Amino acid sequence: MGAHKLLFSELKLWTSGGGGWIARLHKGGCGKASLSSCSPKVCIVGSGPAGFYTAQHLIKARQDVEVDIYERLPVPFGLVRFGVAPDHPEVKNVINTFTQTAKHSRCSFYGNVNVGKNVSITELQQAYHAVVLSYGAEGNRSMGVPGEDLAGVYSAKDFVGWYNGLPSCRELSPDLSCETAVILGQGNVALDVARILLSPIDILKKTDITQPTLEALAESQVRRVLIVGRRGPIQIACTIKELREMVNLPDTRPDMVAADFDGVKEALKDLPRPRKRLTELMLKTALEVPGEKEQERRSKASRTWGFRFFRSPVEVLAEPGHSRIAGIRLAINKLEGSGDGAQAVLTGEVEDVPCGLVVSSIGYKSLPIDPSVPFDSRKAIVPNTMGRVKQAAGLYCSGWLKTGPTGVIATTMNNSFDTARSILEDMDSGTLDMSAAKPGSQSISALLEKRGVEPVTFSDWEKIDNVEMKRGESRGKPREKLLTVEEMLHVAWT
Amino acid sequence: MAASAAVRSSMGLTLRLSRVIPDCSTCPLFRLKCNAKNVANLQRRGSFDSLRTINRHLQTSIGDVNVVYIDRSGQRIPVKAKVGDNVLYLAHKHGIDLEGACEASLACSTCHVYVSAAHFDKLREPEEREDDMLDMAPMLQENSRLGCQIILTPELDGIELTLPKVTRNFYVDGHVPKPH
Repeated sequence: MGAHKLLFSELKLWTSGGGGWIARLHKGGCGKASLSSCSPKVCIVGSGPAGFYTAQHLIKARQDVEVDIYERLPVPFGLVRFGVAPDHPEVKNVINTFTQTAKHSRCSFYGNVNVGKNVSITELQQAYHAVVLSYGAEGNRSMGVPGEDLAGVYSAKDFVGWYNGLPSCRELSPDLSCETAVILGQGNVALDVARILLSPIDILKKTDITQPTLEALAESQVRRVLIVGRRGPIQIACTIKELREMVNLPDTRPDMVAADFDGVKEALKDLPRPRKRLTELMLKTALEVPGEKEQERRSKASRTWGFRFFRSPVEVLAEPGHSRIAGIRLAINKLEGSGDGAQAVLTGEVEDVPCGLVVSSIGYKSLPIDPSVPFDSRKAIVPNTMGRVKQAAGLYCSGWLKTGPTGVIATTMNNSFDTARSILEDMDSGTLDMSAAKPGSQSISALLEKRGVEPVTFSDWEKIDNVEMKRGESRGKPREKLLTVEEMLHVAWT
Repeated sequence: MAASAAVRSSMGLTLRLSRVIPDCSTCPLFRLKCNAKNVANLQRRGSFDSLRTINRHLQTSIGDVNVVYIDRSGQRIPVKAKVGDNVLYLAHKHGIDLEGACEASLACSTCHVYVSAAHFDKLREPEEREDDMLDMAPMLQENSRLGCQIILTPELDGIELTLPKVTRNFYVDGHVPKPH
């Protein structure tokens, strides 16, 4: 892309949002592309940030690329819609950028298409010059401890899916009638779950959190949330923004174990800036004697939250004679080494914590969706080099499926741009054979029709979008999400 | 005008003043040349150039700020901006590839830029929320700021904003799992 001479023409500002990337589109030269006889057709599987950022980069870089995005659900945007917490609406602004991409003349969205079931990767490869797998991580890492399947134990992935209206999590109905909830894991997802469990309803009811969740939380008896990690404060995986939100959460007070922070102050000076600022805030919250005003605020608080360090789950304990959870047994660890590389080592001691709700937030996990695609089950990713799937010509991957399930939207953006660059390089170098024209969506649509599958177009999604926003309006919410695929399809096709 | 009068009274410069001083500020070549040299060089070159500089300041309309973006391939893109312009949206206006995923609401770090050393201290101190988001940006440096938080002032004339090169190697070398 650097080799192209760029002239820019100012296109009309796209939206009131300030133009976005369409206005920045350069009318580029075609370079080597002018030698090929057909327009390259690329298929992207998954319509979350990875899919959309890969599409955006491809469309911007070459004037002849056409991109089709396939999505299993009738609605796009993946974890931006189903993962980002309801009280983080600004993070969802990226949807405006993705909407511009979807509405570009060289981009098409096909929702309600299950790749792997309705159509195979092989069939997609026959129809497109390149196929990009961006379907993320829909599974979760299990704790691998006895009692994990007891009622009252949930994965954070399902819990988050439930409060965000993911259709497959609609029936979760977590029991919130207990006083103490224990969250395993101390990343941002764990903090999101803690915050949603403890936020005042008055704040949540103005967000796009689902109505059933709101009703459940209004009845919730949960008053104390412990966020548990295997290692120490310096290894905590969350970031400062989320920690600050907990510290400032109305009607709550922090409840930490001072001894967990031994030696942390001394280690501060050697830490890089992001880690240092985060650790300083934790130390302040855990150890500093609060001023009068803060002391008063804390004494009036009706809910508590706290970190517990050096603890690993070994068993979920059931109420005798019942299949409901009564508590969790935690092994006590000590740290060997320091910094990022520190290891948690068992000491042999255990501790039982009574609780009625356990949320396991130890990581999402990608799953294989098609036997023809290489999959590394140990790392749970598609093996690749710079986004090029190993031993599979014409197949690429981006997002969490490529690098594993960590990273915020900005990380995924860079990751996806990298994959797009690999594809563009391969187009320019001839590694991707583009000598023959490919039918693209024409043949896939015909296949889907034969199989009785009707795709949801982007305008169909906009109908769903409008209905959700309208329903939200009467409740003072940005939207009231439709909670079942059936409802979504009904609105899409009416 | 006071500046010219003061100079005119100085004997040594009277001769030079009689030359026609062209209105250089409207010529793109002049601007390009000025941007290519740094201010220190200009100041070193003697009285004629100081005069030209004064002249330029008198001729340039109030509210102009010269900005240079340096994109990921190292290409320098000079841009004429106005006081009050937002660095992120200015980049968009001129086709520069600076993402702004959260639309300037301090909820991402995609508009991360490196600010030229001479101007970094002239920026308003970042608020806590900006520092929090900056902490998430890959390849954070001492002179990192979020573009959406930089509003141009007259003191920022000549500011250079470099887009971080987040290269492929970022994931290969010492990849550290990021939070999510």
